Amino acid sequence: MDMGPHAAFIWLSYAVVTVTVIGLILWLLADGWKQRAELAALERQGVKRRSSH
Amino acid sequence: MQTLTQRLANPTRFMELSARVLPWVTAASAILLVYGLYLAFLDSPPDYQQGETVRIMYIHVPCAWLSMMIYGLIALSSFGLLVFRHPLADVSAKAAAPLGAAFTFLALVTGSLWGKPMWGTYWVWDARLTSVLLLFFLYLGLIALRSALEDEGAAAKLTAVLALVGVTLLPIIKFSVNWWNTLHQPSTDFTSTVDPSMRLPLLVMALAFTLMFFAMHLKAMRNEILRRRVKALRTQAVMGRDRLAPQAAE
Repeated sequence: MDMGPHAAFIWLSYAVVTVTVIGLILWLLADGWKQRAELAALERQGVKRRSSH
Repeated sequence: MQTLTQRLANPTRFMELSARVLPWVTAASAILLVYGLYLAFLDSPPDYQQGETVRIMYIHVPCAWLSMMIYGLIALSSFGLLVFRHPLADVSAKAAAPLGAAFTFLALVTGSLWGKPMWGTYWVWDARLTSVLLLFFLYLGLIALRSALEDEGAAAKLTAVLALVGVTLLPIIKFSVNWWNTLHQPSTDFTSTVDPSMRLPLLVMALAFTLMFFAMHLKAMRNEILRRRVKALRTQAVMGRDRLAPQAAE
C-alpha cells in the first residue's frame, strides 16, 4: 500500500490512535477486574451489601 | 410511567441493563471499525489536493467530534447531578472525563500530524487549535479537581460546576472557524463539501468511534459503580468493627 511522500505522517497518526485506544481498553478491563476482585475479597470476609441481605 | 433515566436511576438495574447492552455495542463498534478502515485505506481515492494525507481525516474528524460530544455529555450529566440529583449523573461525568481527555489528545496529535505536510507546520496558535487545546486542559482540570478533593460529594458538585462553566467553550470551538480568520478549514458540511467517495468512510469511522466511546463509557461507569460499592463495603466493615470493639472490651 503506497501512501506517497507523507506515508510516515499517516502511519504515525494511525499508530498513535491505535496505541491510545488499546491503552484505554486495557485500562478499563484492568480496572474492572481490580474492582471485582476487591468486591469478592470483601464478600469472602463476610462483608455484604445491605441490599443483598 | 417512569422515563428511561428514572428507570436507570437504580445502579443495580443499570448494571443489569449495561451488562446486556455492552457486548452488542462493542461488537457493532468493532464491525464498523473494520469496515471503516477497509473503506479508508482500500476503497477511497486520494484527495486531489491533500493526496494520501486525506486518510488522516478518517481518524482526526471522529476524534475531534468525540472531543466535543463527550464534553457535552459531561455537561449534561453535571446538569443532571446539580438539578435533578440523578444518582448516576456523577458516575457518568466522572467516567467520561478521562475518555474525553484521551480523544481530545488524539484530535490534537492527528491534526498536528496532518498539519505538518499540509500547512508546513505542526502547530499554529489559531482560534480552532487553541480552543481545542483549552478543551484538553479543561478535561485535565476536571480530572485534577476531582482527585484533589477527598469528600466525594463535594468533589462531584464542584466538578459539575466547573464542567457547566466550561461548556461555554463548545460554541467557541465550533464557530471559531467562522468568527475568526483561521488556518483551520471551515466546518465540514457532509452534504456538500465532502466528495461521496470520502463521505462514506468518514461517516462509518465517525459512527464506529462514537459507538466505541459509548462502549468504553458504559464499561467505565460499571467500574465506577463497583468502586463505590467497594468503598461503601469498606466503610461498612470499619463501622461494624468499631461497633463490636466496645462490646468486646466490656
